[in-house]
Amino acid sequence: MSTAEYESTAEYEGDVTVLEEQFMEQKSVGPIELESQDVSVWFGQRKVLEGVNIAFPKNTVTALIGPSGCGKSTYIRTLNRLHELIPGAALAGSVLYEGKDIYDTDIDPVHIRLQIGMVFQKPNPFPSMTIRGNVLSGLKLSGLKRDQHDDIVEETLTSAGLWNEVKDRLDSAAGELSGGQQQRLVIARALAVQPHVLLMDEPCSALDPTSTLKIEETIRELSKDITIVIVTHNMQQAVRVSDYTAFFLAAENEPGYVIEQGPTTDIFGSPRDQRTLDYVNGRFG
Amino acid sequence: MATPPTETRRDLDSAATSHRGDRIFNRGITVAAFTALLVLAGIAIFLGVAAVEAITTQGWSFLFTTEWKVDQGDEPVAGIWGMLYGSVLLSVIGLVIAVPVSLLLSVFIVFLAPRRLGRVMTNVIDLMAAIPSIILGLWAFYLLSPPAEQWQFLLNKYLGWIPIFQNDSGNFNGTPFIAGFVLAIMMIPIITSVSREVLGRTPPELINAAEALGCSLWTMLRHVALPYGRGGIVGGIMLGLGRALGETIAIFFVLKLVYDINWYKIIESEGGSVATLIVATFGEVSGPYELNLLLAAGFFLFVGTLAVNVIANLIVQKTGRSER
Repeated sequence: MSTAEYESTAEYEGDVTVLEEQFMEQKSVGPIELESQDVSVWFGQRKVLEGVNIAFPKNTVTALIGPSGCGKSTYIRTLNRLHELIPGAALAGSVLYEGKDIYDTDIDPVHIRLQIGMVFQKPNPFPSMTIRGNVLSGLKLSGLKRDQHDDIVEETLTSAGLWNEVKDRLDSAAGELSGGQQQRLVIARALAVQPHVLLMDEPCSALDPTSTLKIEETIRELSKDITIVIVTHNMQQAVRVSDYTAFFLAAENEPGYVIEQGPTTDIFGSPRDQRTLDYVNGRFG
Repeated sequence: MATPPTETRRDLDSAATSHRGDRIFNRGITVAAFTALLVLAGIAIFLGVAAVEAITTQGWSFLFTTEWKVDQGDEPVAGIWGMLYGSVLLSVIGLVIAVPVSLLLSVFIVFLAPRRLGRVMTNVIDLMAAIPSIILGLWAFYLLSPPAEQWQFLLNKYLGWIPIFQNDSGNFNGTPFIAGFVLAIMMIPIITSVSREVLGRTPPELINAAEALGCSLWTMLRHVALPYGRGGIVGGIMLGLGRALGETIAIFFVLKLVYDINWYKIIESEGGSVATLIVATFGEVSGPYELNLLLAAGFFLFVGTLAVNVIANLIVQKTGRSER
């Protein structure tokens, strides 16, 4: 999409120039893996997101922050086409993955979901499968072929920081693990299909502080090889794990939109918008 | 050291129900609960006595032979083996038709149908369960049988080399296939309603997980929803089977009852079923002895349906546990 088009479609924002500046700044940092352009989202007649432009540079971590109900989770679900599975869902704008719109008619959503993995708020391993079975379930369910299953299990569990804790009981039920371990197992499951992007929707909100730190270490480690987008309500977590931050906000009964985005140090250190400053300092939300 | 004061223990159990209204309510419930057990025990004893007499006069051949000559000659001979087997055969035919249809229906309602259509279908299917079996019997006799004879004729013509589709008489009326088909129509609402309920409870986070891993609906069903709901679905099938085993009047209309055993020829014009034997013979019993034999047959049918229900419970419990 050219700059001219971008200007014409984003004019309903008051501070278009600032946003655009930030957007262009970000684009200059490195190759962009994933990018949303003017994404607006509806559930039925209700518009919940308005003109979201965010670029996710390759192998970085981007945190999406903002109060509850401002559309962060909805937004993240548009990035790998999970949003469309909700009845009444609609979308405007485009999401470019490696330069191509993932909503093009010739794109197979299954393929997109395998390239752009997802980890949810609540740990959701398949309870009837073993630990090993869970790690390999993505391959099984999608019919993807990869050899050397034992290597995959070890590799992905190691990347997810869980290998040492479970290597002696790979064939026991996944339900026996603690919540934090289950969440890391789910991360391993997402990694087994070799995604390029990993979306995480508040991955630590159901976990205790120790497990949270472990997941954060895992995220830092993973970001050497893959691009991560993480929704979080925890300001410290955003500071600890992310390179970039986007701040979402929604007025009551209004669609949410991005107030400000940029390098995490800027958003937390010297935000340009008063509302961002208030939010990151815990004055509302 | 001071001696501790003597303890006075007070029974707090009775204090909890010391409120008069509660007490009356609790007793009432207890009585009602035991009444249900008493009725069941009463039926079992009433039928059991008849069964004991039948076995003492007829021997165990009552269970394992298929003759029924009670009013002829001095030595009455009776055996219900063919009828017992017939009941099972009809139920199996019913299950083979009803289970896939019910599963497809419930998957459609839960995962595919727009919400309003799903609700309408749910209500209509639940209503199906309320159709009296005599109505189904009449319907099957007048409306189902004629076309079904054609279907069976074609089955025999093209698939007759498969043993179950053999037909030597050329008569396709009153076959186990038609009776099983009627049973299937009775089972479908029961199995559908239970499986719909169970599939609808698949945790959304597991469905999310499957979707995020690029699952198609089919793989999600096969690896997530069906394993999760297996216990409940099997339970629903067993409930349907319980209804099928005991079904009487609808089958009486469409099955040609033959006191012989039909092992597998499901489109041959002969069949059996314990319940149908009873209803067909009851009106023209030759005397108290034959009546007693019918009650004995009823006892074994009763034991059979109880056994199915117990097995169903065990399966539900076992699969339910391994899922957790």
